[in-house]
Amino acid sequence: MELLDNLALGFSTALLVQNVLYCFVGVLLGTAVGVLPGIGPTATVAMLLPITFSFEPVTALIMLAGIYYGAQYGGSTTAILINLPGESSAAVTALDGHEMARQGRAGPALAAAAIGSFVAGTVATVALAAAAPPLASVALKFGPADYFSLVLFGLIVSIALARGTALKALAMIALGVLLGTVGQDIYTGTPRFVFEQRELYGGIDFVSVAVGLFGVAEILRNLENEQTRTAIVSRVTNLWPTREDRRRIVAPILRGTGLGAALGVLPGGGHVLASFTSYAVEKRVSKRPQEFGRGAIEGVAGPESANNAAAQTSFIPLLTLGLPAHPVMALMIGAFIVHGIAPGPNVINDEPALFWGLIASMWIGNVLLLLLNLPLIGLWVRMLRIPYQVLFPMIILFAAIGTYSLGFNAYDVYAIAFFGILGYVLIKCGCEPAPLLLGFVLGPLLEENLRRALIISRGDPSVFLTRPISAALLVLALAALVVAVLPAIRQRRAVVFAEED
Amino acid sequence: MERRRSFPDVLAGGIFVLIGAAFVVGALGYELGTPTRMGPGAFPLLVGAAVIALGLAIAGKGLIAGEVISFGPVPWRALGVIVIAVLFFGFTVRRLGFVPTTAVTALLTTLASARVRLLTAVAVAAGLTVASTLIFIVGLQLRIPLWGPWLGL
Repeated sequence: MELLDNLALGFSTALLVQNVLYCFVGVLLGTAVGVLPGIGPTATVAMLLPITFSFEPVTALIMLAGIYYGAQYGGSTTAILINLPGESSAAVTALDGHEMARQGRAGPALAAAAIGSFVAGTVATVALAAAAPPLASVALKFGPADYFSLVLFGLIVSIALARGTALKALAMIALGVLLGTVGQDIYTGTPRFVFEQRELYGGIDFVSVAVGLFGVAEILRNLENEQTRTAIVSRVTNLWPTREDRRRIVAPILRGTGLGAALGVLPGGGHVLASFTSYAVEKRVSKRPQEFGRGAIEGVAGPESANNAAAQTSFIPLLTLGLPAHPVMALMIGAFIVHGIAPGPNVINDEPALFWGLIASMWIGNVLLLLLNLPLIGLWVRMLRIPYQVLFPMIILFAAIGTYSLGFNAYDVYAIAFFGILGYVLIKCGCEPAPLLLGFVLGPLLEENLRRALIISRGDPSVFLTRPISAALLVLALAALVVAVLPAIRQRRAVVFAEED
Repeated sequence: MERRRSFPDVLAGGIFVLIGAAFVVGALGYELGTPTRMGPGAFPLLVGAAVIALGLAIAGKGLIAGEVISFGPVPWRALGVIVIAVLFFGFTVRRLGFVPTTAVTALLTTLASARVRLLTAVAVAAGLTVASTLIFIVGLQLRIPLWGPWLGL
């Protein structure tokens, strides 16, 4: 059993004392920051990223992964207790979770989320371990033309799943790709768009882009109407779900896990789609659909499981293809690169201990989440009471210090302000920021493979259509684009998301 | 959904066109190369043109049949204060040192909220300065001098 050997290697790495310790620290920090209202997982990971740069690569990645699912989990707590989802996927949890909290059943809601997340995390970790090696071996056969088409496909599919109009999402991707060209040209070393500032030769740091788009822009949005921000934190009394609750959450957890594990692989926010879909499914199969929106525990257990399963399986494209499925994975790519590891299909063979250690640590992280969150619920409730006037200066200050510490480069700090404003204005115009970040991270890959493919084909662009893998991916990308743009189908997409209201 | 002229669409389109055009102009200043050996300007030129085209499409759609989304209020005070605070941090952290830069940045940021009182602001700034010095300099061992050369220490 190769799978078992691999998992054994993984656990022998992940169970090293320092790795368990930093997994714990990551989960704890991630939850703590994720609980704070208005800070989603992307901003949390971006802000805490610099802390990990001084560690061993495995330890750093384990801690980052911990921060990620900790933050994801913390967001659900906030959604349930004060009805302020930090992220779109937690918006579904807020529907019935907060309703339960208002009926004095915050405890069972939190418990259902925790248990669902744990089951989903366990199953998805095994799925990840089983799916990664075959995918990576396929990916190793990819030439530059195939890789170019793959990246393009990934970017286009991310639009199909983004909310808002496809045209704007497409423009945001292209803008991200464009901003990614700042810095030295990979082939000729010519500095591009640097205004003769040596600090810009390395390009714009992706952490600045992420912190600006997701941190600063979000704070500006929150400061728009301060008066309405009075958080009433629900009391948490009895945590343990009743026997009736336990009976009702089993099937939703299992269905949510399956849906989430499958959809999480999709680029561009599969976890958002997963939780929405799970909610829609639960409402449809339920014998009491009228209870949904009024505190149905299935509406918490299903989406939360889906969400967490998707969070785990979204590591599959990152680890096997080097393609980030969403902004947090884009940040993980940055973390790999900082540690001198090129993310992609080679990692599994070149760094087996790191690869399998990271996967095993995800299961350990899920155990830690379960053990931590329910007993510490009192602490999280207290964190929710931190007034916003203290919170947002803290976020801005830590963001500035954190980005400065990346390379002691003042331009990285200026960039947060620039991307904060750009992101804020564009968000207000109905443009989602996530596609921009994905484009920014994938842009250099797109350019490098385009140019390499053309060098190999002696300038003949038909290479993208004559290579079967590349041609198939381009056809799929085109199909995804048609689906996203066609108005008739777009209306149906709107129906899926209408469940939110 | 009601459809008519939409200001946010036109604004977003305009921003895309502007940034795309800036990159296109810049890209023309670099070597374009041939398809076989693309120069440093070719890729930005292509993508810049795409951004312009998409921007025009969005703005055009906004003028004819945009989605009606309201732009909403703009927190001008917060916007200005936060930008100044961040730029101040970047510019002075090496010159003034970590402690004074952090204190001023925190104080400035606190003022972004319209509801804050001066005493609260000072207290929050002081607390944040102590906390971040402990976390980043003592805990994470960041190599930034506590007091910089501008102070003559």
